[in-house]
Amino acid sequence: MGGSASLIPRDLLSEYQELTFLSKQEILLAYKRFSELLPKEERENACSARVPKSQILTLPELRANPFQHQICHVFSTSESGDDSMSFEDFLDMLSVFSDSATSDIKSHYAFRIFDFDNDGILDRKDLEQLVNCLTGQGEESQLSSAEMEQLIQNVRPAGQGMGTAPGTGLSAHLPPQILEESDIDKDGTINLSEFQHVVSRSPDFASSFKIVL
Amino acid sequence: ERERENEEEKDVKEKKRKKKKKEKEKEKEKKKKKKKKKKKKEKEKEKERKRKRKRKKIGKKERVTLAQGINVHLGTEMMVWFLFFLFCDSFQKWMKFQRDFENFKTACIPWEMKIKEIESHFGSSVASYFIFLRWMYGINMILFGLTFGLVMVPEALMGKPYGSLPRKTVPRAEEATAMNFATLWDFSGFAQYSVLFYGYYNNQRTIGWLKFRMPLSYFLVGVGSIGYSFMIVTRTMAKNANDDGGGDDTSFNFSWKMFTSWDYLIGNPETADNKFASITTSFKEAIVEEQESRKEENIHLTRFLRVLANFLALCTLAGSGYLIFFVVRRSQQFALEGLENYGWWERNEVNTVMSLLGMFCPTLFDVISSLENYHPRIALRWQLGRIFALFLGNLYTFIIALMDEINLKLEEEKIVKYNMTIWEASLYNGTIPENSTAPPIQVDPADVPRGPCWETMVGQEFVRLTVSDMMTTYITILIGDFLRAVFVRFFNYCWCWDLEYGFPSYSEFDISGNVLGLIFNQGMIWMGSFYAPCLPAINVFRLHTSMYLQCWAVMCCNVPQERVFKASRSNNFYMAMLLFILFLSTLPAVYTIVSIPPSFDCGPFSGKTRMFEVISETLEHDFPSWFGKVFGYASNPGLILPFILLMVLSIYYLNATSKSYKEANLELKKKLQSQAEENKRRNKQKAQKSNEQEENPFETEPPPAKPKGDKQDESTANKGKNWFECLVMGNSCVCDPRLPHCLDCFLCSNHPHNAESQVLAYFLRWLV
Repeated sequence: MGGSASLIPRDLLSEYQELTFLSKQEILLAYKRFSELLPKEERENACSARVPKSQILTLPELRANPFQHQICHVFSTSESGDDSMSFEDFLDMLSVFSDSATSDIKSHYAFRIFDFDNDGILDRKDLEQLVNCLTGQGEESQLSSAEMEQLIQNVRPAGQGMGTAPGTGLSAHLPPQILEESDIDKDGTINLSEFQHVVSRSPDFASSFKIVL
Repeated sequence: ERERENEEEKDVKEKKRKKKKKEKEKEKEKKKKKKKKKKKKEKEKEKERKRKRKRKKIGKKERVTLAQGINVHLGTEMMVWFLFFLFCDSFQKWMKFQRDFENFKTACIPWEMKIKEIESHFGSSVASYFIFLRWMYGINMILFGLTFGLVMVPEALMGKPYGSLPRKTVPRAEEATAMNFATLWDFSGFAQYSVLFYGYYNNQRTIGWLKFRMPLSYFLVGVGSIGYSFMIVTRTMAKNANDDGGGDDTSFNFSWKMFTSWDYLIGNPETADNKFASITTSFKEAIVEEQESRKEENIHLTRFLRVLANFLALCTLAGSGYLIFFVVRRSQQFALEGLENYGWWERNEVNTVMSLLGMFCPTLFDVISSLENYHPRIALRWQLGRIFALFLGNLYTFIIALMDEINLKLEEEKIVKYNMTIWEASLYNGTIPENSTAPPIQVDPADVPRGPCWETMVGQEFVRLTVSDMMTTYITILIGDFLRAVFVRFFNYCWCWDLEYGFPSYSEFDISGNVLGLIFNQGMIWMGSFYAPCLPAINVFRLHTSMYLQCWAVMCCNVPQERVFKASRSNNFYMAMLLFILFLSTLPAVYTIVSIPPSFDCGPFSGKTRMFEVISETLEHDFPSWFGKVFGYASNPGLILPFILLMVLSIYYLNATSKSYKEANLELKKKLQSQAEENKRRNKQKAQKSNEQEENPFETEPPPAKPKGDKQDESTANKGKNWFECLVMGNSCVCDPRLPHCLDCFLCSNHPHNAESQVLAYFLRWLV
């Protein structure tokens, strides 16, 4: 780490410290890992280079994560839409996922990560995709459509003409709304404040929404 | 004609005259004007002159005062600005210093990389055990610092050296075996007569050139370590309760499962697969559970089985309690008959039995609980409760047995005191007549008969228990985890069934068992450290080696758990147990301090009737007299009872206010719901109206879009507010943390290191 310390100019380093939640050692470690992802010719200029998404996904911390693509998409500031990340995007990501980030920031970014179609709310399709991500990629492990129905019904009430209507008639079996508390205003979608309300009550969120290099 | 000419001439003349008059008048007027002007000018000039004179006369003073005034104003303004900048600058420097200090502190945290590695392989619940271990290590370091620095070192440096007093010397009878390894391992011999135990300390009021008050320091360190432990455990509990969001809300189960169940720390594909599987199973379970909760099983059979299981568990507990009691009694018998006649087993019976019970009974409870058929979470709680009861029962039986021994020793002491007088008389026998004041004969301290020092005995028992507990844990890890893993790995090739998936397989890391073991170990330390100041030191060593050994064992021999139980939800549960144990551990120590007389010839309180008398003695001698009076008044029951009453009332009041807050919360939620329904209704009406007006085919999108728009406005409403509103309402707007000041919210609380803004923010908040 001593060698790479000379590669980030001092004022940049202190600026990064001020703007993110990371400590100096963490920033230097991030720099080291980031420059390892670049091909050798570009390593000198790591602060301004962009790393393509495929390279980012080889990081062990992101490799096993089911939300890897969405994470890259949310944190990338590339104008060409190819989800490549610069060093500052990388630092941004680490700062949000660090230990000292506030739970507000974490829940805000978690919302963006779970919002697969980027429309600002979590609707039925987002929740379906979320469940599919969580249950892994294998065929046997994925939930059947009936089970998916029940889960999502439990997360929010029966849709009013949104998307495909559930044809299995599970609403008769549904227990009285254990989960409709997520959707406080009962509009069929979960917006940011509802999401933050649910997630802030969870004792596990802050400790599980963490990535450390 | 002449007349006419005359008249004409006259006219002309008159006209001329008139003209001349007019001209003259004009000239006069002009002159007058000129004069006036001149006069005016003169006057003005005079005025100016006067002014100039005035200015010249008074002008200097005026200018001076004005200038001075300006200077002063400018000066103060400059000063103010200068001070402000200086303040900001120094504040920035202070913040920078704080940041550097934080960096330094994080660099100082031990074992950080190890724990991160474990986190990435096993998830956050296993890592939480190690974080807990590290936290305990920190507490023990401080306790060690207290006992070492304020008790052991002063006595070693400034007290009387070894061999000068009877209490500080090995008795003649034991001298031969005092340096043997076996005796030292047993903490008798030289180890017993050293600063490690209570009995070595002298009861001199002040020692050394510093006039260090040894007995007072001993007492206060004992009380202070308990006080410090209470404080830090309560503080951690409060912090955890804060993070929890103040409550055990089980109303969001599914949502939490969906949004928070993925552990982002997992970096290992194998662990990730495990995690996927466990999430899927938990979803399926939860769905099935909801469906099955309506089913009515055979209630009677379940109830009978559960009663049977509880009965069995109670039997086990009672059995273990009795076993310990029996074994302690036997060891007393052995001690009476002299320990040399017995082998290793008899000597260490008590400790080994307690450790073995701690190892096997939990597995027994696990087997019993399979009868009960509970939900896994509830079964875990029952399991933890039973193990807790087991450890508690064992500990308290141990203490009761110890109390019996203490009473025996007290009886013995009376006999020894009596014998001492006879022995002293025999020294003077034949040399000097009785009742004289001759100087005492020099006797070698090793030969003086000793009273049985019950405090040292208690300390020794606790130290032995800790050491044997440590050895048992290490051996369990080595055999249970390591050898088992080796066996499964290498014998898998030549075995009938698949060892890795079948019976033995690799072991999982038992979080709850380990945490409970740690908690009870700490309870023993708290109990025994008053009588054996070396206990915190031994515990520090034990935790240090435990950390390395367990980290290695976890990475090498364990597999990630299949059912992942979040430790964080139980975090406060473990803290609550720790607090409970702390409270229970202090009870025996307090009882012995308050009601049992200290030994007459060993320890810092020898010669007093009760140990706490050292406090009253210090108040008498070292503090001015009015202090003693104040204390006397303060400890009056007339003052203490109203104080207790006040505390009870305040607890009741706080409870009532918290209930009212919860109700207010529910009200607000209802309001939100009704508000949203209103919005929906209004939007529908609007949509209908516009539909009637336009008669266009209407999509179903806009109605949801409108409330969506509203909500988006709400969620971005914070961004539109000015910073003062945002600050005062306490909303932390979510702005881009990359910008030093976000354009909308100047004092956003999400900016971690925005120095001046933080100061201003605190100040404004206080103001408002």
